[in-house]
Amino acid sequence: MLFERRPLISLLILVAAIVCLWLLLAAWPAELEAVIGRKRVFMNALFNGITLGGLYFLVASGFTLIFGLMRNVNLAHGSLYLFGGYVGYTIGVATGSWLLSFLGAFVAMALLGVILQLVVFRRMEGEELRQTLVTIGISIVLADILLWMWGGDFYQIQTPDWLFGATTLPFVLAAKSNGEAVYMTYPMVRIAILAGAIVIGVVMWLALNRTRIGMMIRAGVDDRDMLSATGIRIQIVFVAVFALGAGLAGIAGVVGGTFQSLAPGEDTRFLLASLVVVIVGGMGSIPGAALGALLIGLSEQFGSVYMPTYAVVLTFLIMVLVLAFRPQGLLGAR
Amino acid sequence: MAALEHSAGLPAGAEPAVAPLPRLIRDIPPAAWLVAVVLLVLPAFSNSFVEAQILGWSFILGMIALSLMFLAGYGGMVSLVQMSVAGLAGYMVAILGQSSIPTISLDWPWWLVVPVAVVIAVVFGTVSGLLAVRTAGIYTIMITLAIASAFFYFTRQNYVIFNGFAGFNALPAPQFWGVDWRHPVAFYYLTLFWATLSYGAVLYVERTPFGLALQGIRDNPRRMAALGFNVNLHRVAAYAFAAVIAAVAGILLVWLNGQVSPGTAGIGPVIDILVIAVIGGLRHPIGPFVGALIFVVLRTFALDLLTSVGLAGERFNLLVGLGFLAIVFFSPDGIVGLWQRWRRSHADSQARQSAASHPGGP
Repeated sequence: MLFERRPLISLLILVAAIVCLWLLLAAWPAELEAVIGRKRVFMNALFNGITLGGLYFLVASGFTLIFGLMRNVNLAHGSLYLFGGYVGYTIGVATGSWLLSFLGAFVAMALLGVILQLVVFRRMEGEELRQTLVTIGISIVLADILLWMWGGDFYQIQTPDWLFGATTLPFVLAAKSNGEAVYMTYPMVRIAILAGAIVIGVVMWLALNRTRIGMMIRAGVDDRDMLSATGIRIQIVFVAVFALGAGLAGIAGVVGGTFQSLAPGEDTRFLLASLVVVIVGGMGSIPGAALGALLIGLSEQFGSVYMPTYAVVLTFLIMVLVLAFRPQGLLGAR
Repeated sequence: MAALEHSAGLPAGAEPAVAPLPRLIRDIPPAAWLVAVVLLVLPAFSNSFVEAQILGWSFILGMIALSLMFLAGYGGMVSLVQMSVAGLAGYMVAILGQSSIPTISLDWPWWLVVPVAVVIAVVFGTVSGLLAVRTAGIYTIMITLAIASAFFYFTRQNYVIFNGFAGFNALPAPQFWGVDWRHPVAFYYLTLFWATLSYGAVLYVERTPFGLALQGIRDNPRRMAALGFNVNLHRVAAYAFAAVIAAVAGILLVWLNGQVSPGTAGIGPVIDILVIAVIGGLRHPIGPFVGALIFVVLRTFALDLLTSVGLAGERFNLLVGLGFLAIVFFSPDGIVGLWQRWRRSHADSQARQSAASHPGGP
């Protein structure tokens, strides 16, 4: 074990973990608050960053999956996100059910993905640049159609009643004058979204690493030609992966519409976010997408709290550093 | 096809006394001479709207798209950062020169502002290139798109240097040699001159050892590296050269508009440049100018066109997007590729006809 081989380092890790846990759970001493600022601000930025990372992961995991298997940089992925959000909003308004809007957005975007793969991308297999250009064209057309159908207004998807309100977390933010501890409260819906993102990530990881179809996909990422030579009908795998990736973008659209809002321009924002996430995390790697999403989400939130003007630059700086020292991404394979 | 070969008239005003030029001039097809003459005398027949808003815009967008075409066509690197380079040059004109924000603008004279702005923009373009050449192919698109968007968001949030959301207004075009360069005719000739110059420069660089090495790197980087060429250095140099063209275009752009704001180099314009270059064609430097003319004409008249077929006028992007898709689907070489293919098949059928009429011929 690590402890037997590197006793000193594991001791240091243990101490660091305990310090972090104490920092999370207990109220901060005044000296620390003087340096970093109030714990309430810090904890909110931390949690918002992690939740935003969960949303980014939902968008970017589909993007990276499609890229990893088909070498298709789907620059229309942001449009699928926004389209999914609009579909979810419309279904939510019509039926009043939040969960139905997830289902509707997933199915609608998955269908769109199937159509795109069958009608468009299958015809230009192997021509990566042309596929990318086509996705740009599709994103321009889709953006305009969405503007046409839903207009330029802001939409927000209603949070269901059972997720409304805030919940108390076991983290002490500060102590009142009478010594009573003030616990952190956080919106229920965000916690649910974060939990959902984690569950989806774990399920995806399990499906990729423990099932037969996951094995095919991983083999296809490594060597497409060899996989099809073993007799697997790779076109069906392609369609399935594209449907899954597009459907995930749709789900992410509903999530984004619930805790942020839907409007024209959000498509490029999330496309760029997923670009940066997969560049940082590593192309085609699901754990890489998770790590990248967490990093970018945290840096955006901490950046906007502690240095509002340069929050974007911080994100960009992370990307530059990763490119400079590890061009394949943090968890990317060469 | 008026614009197709307009810039091929580069040596129209050049001195034929220089030794290699006569052969160059002989190589220019008659149609190019015609286009050159038409472009030179055009202001006598057109109005100021056509000169500045259509042709001036087309030349400027064409130059930015040309810098993309140079990187993509000869270097195999589709860089989306060119619009940001142009935007930064425009910002520098506003920051170093005069604008409506006297607290930021330094009020330097134009002859100092322009070279400094170009140098700063070229440094930015080269550094972006340094980052982008660490990747290849489709990755380059993603990296450069990310850089371009970082530039957009940075200019939108930075108020100290870039004046944030509002940007700069009331930027004057310079007046020298007794000419007000904001005047449509003067501006038309100014943009025509620079567009022709950059077109000629790209044609020239294409045939230099550097251009040939760049094309070799595009086709097979590994072999070129084995031959002893420094692959990344050539690529970065290509970014620097392209940035010069984009920077000049950016300066012309702010002189035309009189303003620069984050939206000047927003995600939309960045993608527009790619659309222009692809619609025109990435194989020949004339492509970007053709694409720019089509784009500007469409954008200007889309309202009338769309309402005449019963659609709402604001569906311009739908039109452009569908046109872009059609081009990518049916003619990956753009409009110029279509034209060349048509001419080749035309020539083929003529050759066949003449062969049929002279059955005994060789």
